Formats: sequence, structure tokens, C-alpha cells
Amino acid sequence: MHPVLKLVVQRIALGLLLLLAVSLLIFLGTEALPGDVAQAILGQSATPEALANLRESLGLNRSPIERYFDWLGGILTGDFGTALTNGQDIGQAIGQRLGNTLFLAACAAAISVPLAILLGLVAARYNGRWPDKVISGVTLSTISLPEFVAAYFVIFLLTQVFPIFQPVAMVFPGMSFWERLNAVALPVIVLVLVVLAHMMRMTRAAILNVMQSAYIETAELKGLSPMRVIWQHAFPNAIAPIVSVVVLNLAYLVVGVVVVEVVFSYNALGQYLVDHVAKRDLPVVQAVGLIFAAVYIGLNILADVIAIVANPRLRHPK
Amino acid sequence: MPDFLEIKNLRIEATAYPPGEPPKDLVLVDDVSVSLAKGKVLGLIGESGAGKSTIGLSAMAFGRGGVRLTGGEILLNGRDIRGLAPAGLRALRGREVTYVAQSAAAAFNPAKRLMEQVIETTLSHGVMGRAEAEARAVMLFGKLGLPKPETFGTRYPHQVSGGQLQRAMTAMALCPKPDLVIFDEPTTALDVTTQIDVLAAIKEAIHDTGVAALYITHDLAVVAQVADDILVLRHGKKVEYGPVRQIITDPHEDYTRALVSVRSIDHEEKAEAPPILSVQNVTARYSGTTFDVLKNVSVDLPAGQTLAVVGESGSGKSTLARAITGLLPPSAGRITFAGRELSRDLKARSRDDLRELQMIYQMADVAMNPRQTVGTIIGRPLEFYFGMTGETKRKRVQELLDQIEMGKGYIDRYPAELSGGQKQRVCIARALAAKPKLIICDEVTSALDPLVADGILKLLLNLQAQEGVAYLFITHDLATVKAIADRIAVMYRGQVVRYGSKTDVLTPPFDDYTDLLLSSVPEMRLGWLEEVLANRRMESAGN
Repeated sequence: MHPVLKLVVQRIALGLLLLLAVSLLIFLGTEALPGDVAQAILGQSATPEALANLRESLGLNRSPIERYFDWLGGILTGDFGTALTNGQDIGQAIGQRLGNTLFLAACAAAISVPLAILLGLVAARYNGRWPDKVISGVTLSTISLPEFVAAYFVIFLLTQVFPIFQPVAMVFPGMSFWERLNAVALPVIVLVLVVLAHMMRMTRAAILNVMQSAYIETAELKGLSPMRVIWQHAFPNAIAPIVSVVVLNLAYLVVGVVVVEVVFSYNALGQYLVDHVAKRDLPVVQAVGLIFAAVYIGLNILADVIAIVANPRLRHPK
Repeated sequence: MPDFLEIKNLRIEATAYPPGEPPKDLVLVDDVSVSLAKGKVLGLIGESGAGKSTIGLSAMAFGRGGVRLTGGEILLNGRDIRGLAPAGLRALRGREVTYVAQSAAAAFNPAKRLMEQVIETTLSHGVMGRAEAEARAVMLFGKLGLPKPETFGTRYPHQVSGGQLQRAMTAMALCPKPDLVIFDEPTTALDVTTQIDVLAAIKEAIHDTGVAALYITHDLAVVAQVADDILVLRHGKKVEYGPVRQIITDPHEDYTRALVSVRSIDHEEKAEAPPILSVQNVTARYSGTTFDVLKNVSVDLPAGQTLAVVGESGSGKSTLARAITGLLPPSAGRITFAGRELSRDLKARSRDDLRELQMIYQMADVAMNPRQTVGTIIGRPLEFYFGMTGETKRKRVQELLDQIEMGKGYIDRYPAELSGGQKQRVCIARALAAKPKLIICDEVTSALDPLVADGILKLLLNLQAQEGVAYLFITHDLATVKAIADRIAVMYRGQVVRYGSKTDVLTPPFDDYTDLLLSSVPEMRLGWLEEVLANRRMESAGN
């Protein structure tokens, strides 16, 4: 087997193992909370008989091990269970919202990743000179703003001062692609502002680190233009650290944007999770938690795989 | 032919920023003038810090770090390149003047195929089209003796050896048909057996393409084989400048004479004596591997004498040291030291075992804690093994400093304030502080300039006479071996291929490997390279 393929298979197997461990942690975590689902549904004033009856009907009397495997088996077969608060099928409820989450994340990533890398390269090219300082200063100030402040600022600017967009990013089934794009424009702008600095600064640092190498001096002594030196000689050797930080930000765009969702009333997974945490709807919390973990682990495996494939020593063994 | 490169009264400066002091300007090169005709080779020679690389790079108007060209003229093809704008410099670099670095392994971009890098400037400067450039690169690969020239370029840097990379870099420099190539210590990082091939390939390529070259090196014997003229530099100033024959056979300056006659230490081999260290049938491998790096190695080291272990990189020399010190427990064999058998693992050894067996390393600067003073560094073994403290310890440290000829005024200094040779002396004093019976010296002079290395070798011999300490001296440098050894073990691929007293080992008949090794050491005379190559050709024709 080619060593790259072997490493990739190893990483994926490791990721699946990790996901299994996380599922156990999520289950144990919700299990460790005081009270149980029956208590949560019936409230403090419930009679012991009512609690016992409900536990019986929900299957809470069984051992935790039994329930864990039951839950895990359900998820593996696509059955996430039903929400306690409204009796809805969780899988169905998640499906649509996950689509919205991924749509928002993809739009933000499509703009922020190329932009951040480009700005990082330019900042590295003009290291210590004014373009570097302007780029660093601006991105640093946007990342320093709390998300909701940035969000309200963008709303004020682009709906009041320049009335271009709608302040509310409602999406619903039946909207066309362009309508959806228009709807998410504002949250996308906010998210780009939030994630840009981290990726740009890491790109800049990774490039500058590579710029210390002897082969960069070789490239300079070849009379290549500075941008060509960076793009052709530095960037290919800085891919691994850049990808790992890009992926962290992508994961954030999927799992960490609840504040932005709330501000723009965007109906997606984060908001769904927070709603059900407040209602102590544990099956929903467990299911969403597991999905978030899967996204995180999956993206990080992707980063590992890209780093492996980008390494010529692994791709072309001796 | 008229001189196409003329450097007149060159002055190069840099700014140093010593911690806690105001920045100060340093003059790196002062009032140096040279000229070079087409097709000729000028050798720049000197110790580290002599400014030879700085002068070489000035021919591309390039200053490393904050180095500035502050005075004089650099006339290339009739114009002063000091005044060129960035675009003009880019047109010059990689086209008119190209560069071959000391470490080709670091100078090639690991992420790109060799061919892409070799023809890059030829394309970017529009010298020729891709097909033509690739054909020229393949031709150069062949001329430089690279294996399978047609497909060599499809490989990545990590897929070829260091010697091959050095040749590939020469091909890269020659590809755009430059007027001048700067060779910056192109063979210094190579094994002596590889160096001779690369040297011959470079010489032939220079001759065949008619290019002019600046050849920078610290090894006069090497430059004597390729250069037409030689400029000897010291502390950024010219010492002597003249034709190679005059410099080698009739040097006018004392410093040049010292360089020519370096390593002329006469060391009488001592008589046989009972061994202090006896290595018997030792086999070892690194954990997680299936390959023995030491195979059935047996050597003896008589008390108070020096055993030189010599071989090229990867031959297992340093691994032998690791096995003896217990850092790499052998999988088979016995190691006897001072009449007792040493346990294989370092952790199981007694404090006396540790004390009597000390080690000195190649890189003195990384073998010392940069935040400890010389006194603390040398005092540590005194405290650890002999429980010395306070005034007694300080007095003993000063005695040791006197022994390594450093005298007063160094005890409270930090390693960063010492020169390379002084750092190595402090490491010797630290080893000596434990009153060892055996010191393992791992390439201790390899990172030093020849004259400084000479001083260290003399010091080691004096200390041996005074203290009766034995040395296991690991080196790849045969001149060092001749200067210091009583017994020699030649290692090749984990095995001892030749072992005995110095006279026996260095007297014919030789085995093939020892013959190759000995005949590859550059000698300080003109025509040596051609002679050796002719001999080898005759031998292989005879076979």
C-alpha cells in the first residue's frame, strides 16, 4: 500500500475512534447532570408516581450502558430519537437546520479563506512596511470586536446608512439560491470579519517562518520577484500550518456561530441547540453535540490528510 | 581577455545590536580589490568571519541580513552594479551571475521537482524556451555525472543524495549560461570520498562551459585544485593575492604560510599497552528499526593513548560512541572498561563509571547551557562528583581554565561571549573536571577553522601527556587522524574494515575502502586532483 494511503486510512480510523469516545463523553456528561429527563418534563412539583410512570415509559429505568448502546445504535441507523418538549423527530428537525448552518458556513468560508490567505501573503511580502501594518491593524480590530457588536454595526451600516440589505436573515423552504444568498449577506459579512484575522495572521506567520529557509535565499539569488518567491517557493512549504488554522476556523463557522444566528434570526443548528439546552431537552442536546463533534473531527482529519498529501517526502518516498 | 569583473576598494558594513548596548557598525570587508577574466577561477580563502562569502555575494550586489555595501565599486560587464535598481538587480541575479550554496540540501525547495528549480531562472529570464532549457539541464546533469540524466529532474530533493544535490545545484547555476558562478564552499559539507567526485565534476563543468567563477572555501588544498588565482582574506582584509602556484609554493605572508603548513603536527605513535577500554563484538540497532547500525564491532583502546575512529557519515562512528556511553544499549557484545564490564544501559552504571568516561561534542555551543557562566559549567562536575563548593570549587575551575590555556577573566563569562575555539576548550575543561580515564571526542574539531582546530588538537595532546587520559577520537578528517592517533579503526557501513596501530593502518597494502578514503583527502599541491583521477581510471581499466 502506498504510504500516503496508509497514513490517510490510519487518520480516518483514528478519527472514528475519537468520535466514538466523544459520543461516550457526551452521553456521560448529560447523564451526570442532576435530575433526569422525566424530572425535567414534569417539573419540580411532580408526584413520585408520575415520575416513576414516565421513567418507565421513557425506558429510563434501564441501565446506562444499555441506554448508551441503544442511543448509539439508533444514531448509526439514522434515528436520533424524538425531542421531549414537542415530540418532533430530531433527525428531521436537525436535517433542515444543518443545511442552513452549512450554507452560511460555506458562504463565509468561500469569501474569508481566499481573502485571508491573499492578505497573509501580501502582509508577508511587505513585512514590517505599511501594507503589513494596515492589514494587521484592520483585521486585528475586527477580531477584537465581540461578534454581536460587529453584527449590530454591520446592520446599522448596511441597512440604515446604506440601505442595501435586510436586517433579518430569515430563510425558509422554497427560496431560490439567489434569495438565500441575499438573505445571508449580512451574517456572512460579520463572520468574515470575525474569522479573517486569525487565518491571515497564521498565513503571514507561516510564510515568514519559511522565508528564513536557505532555499528562499536561493530563490532571491535567482532574481525572482518577491511575490513569485513567496507564491512559488514559500507558500507550498507553508501549506500544512495554514490548512490547520483554516480548518479550525471552518469548524468555528459550523459550530460556534450561535450569537450571529440569534442576532440575525437565522434558523440554524446553533440556535436550535441553545433553545433546547434552555429547555433541558437532553436527547436534542446529545444529538446536536454529536454532530458538532463529528464536524470538528472530520475537518481536522481533512487538515491532516491535506498536510500529508502536501508533503513531498510522504507523497514521493525515496 | 579583458577583466569582466572588477571589484575596487570594496567596503562592506553591518550593524550589530549587542544586548544592552547601543548598536554599533562593524566593518566586515575593508579595501578589497580583485579582478577576474572570462573563463578564469578566483579562489577566496580564509577562516570563518574573514568575509569571503560576503565578498562573493557582493558580486550579485546581495547583502545577507543587514549587510550593506558601503564603499568601492563592483564593475560587472562594464557597469557598477552597486547602483542598480531592484529590477536591474533581478535581471542580473540568476542570469549574469549565479550562486552555488554550501548546503545544497537546504538550498533546494523541498516541495518542487529538481527540474523545475534547475530551469526556473532560464525560463524566467527568457534565456530560452522550456524544451531547450530542459535539454540543456539534461546535458548538464550528464556532464556532472548524475545518474540517469534524462529522468533525474523528475525527482524531489529528498530523493537524491547530498553529493548529487550539490551537482544538481551546479547544473542549476550553469543552466542560464551565466558569465560568473559563485561557488560558496560547495564541497565542505560532503564526505571526503564524495567531495573528490563533486570537485572533479565542478572543475570539468567550469572548463567546458567557459564560465568564470569565484570559488569560496576555507580549505586551501581544495581551492588549489580548481583556482587560477587566490585571494587570502583575514578579518575582512586582503592578506595575499596572487596566482595559485605562487600562493601554494611561495607564500609571502606569515598567515598564508600558516595556512599552507596547517596540520603538520608530528605525533609519535605510542607503544602497545594493556587496554583501558575493550569493545568486543558489539552489535547495536536503534529501537523500532530492523537494521544493525553496528555490526560485530571489536576495538581496544590502550590506557593513555588515542584511538581514532574514522569513516564517512553514516558509517556508525557516533553510534559506537553512543553504545560505549550506554546511550544506545547494544543488542550483543561486551564492553570492558578499566578492568570491569560496563552494564549496557546507562541507568545501571555506577557514578564512577559515569565519571571516568566523559564526552566532548562537535557543536560546543549547543553542548553548553547559554544561561550559565563558564564557572558554573565547569563547576558542575566538580560539585556532582567531588562535592566541591564555594572557594575550593572556584579555585579548581581556575586551575582547569589555566590548563586549557584560557587563563583569568573567563570564569564569569557566558558562552555567547566566547569564540568557537574557546567554547570547545571550555567543553574540554568540563570533561577534564571529572578526572576521567577516557574522553570520547565526537568530531570535536570539525566545526572549527583549520588553525583553531590545530590549537585544540595540540591542547588535547598536551593534556594527554599531563593527565594520562585516553581518547576515543571520532572524525571523518584523515589529516586529524594522522596528527593525533596511536591506533586507528576505519569504519564503513557499521563495520570495522581496518584496525591496528597508526603505522599499520596507514601503510599499504590497503583494502579497497581505506584506499579510496586515503586517496580522496585533498593534498596541498597543484595537479593532485588530476593525478588521483587518472590513477583511478587506470586502476578501473586494469580491472
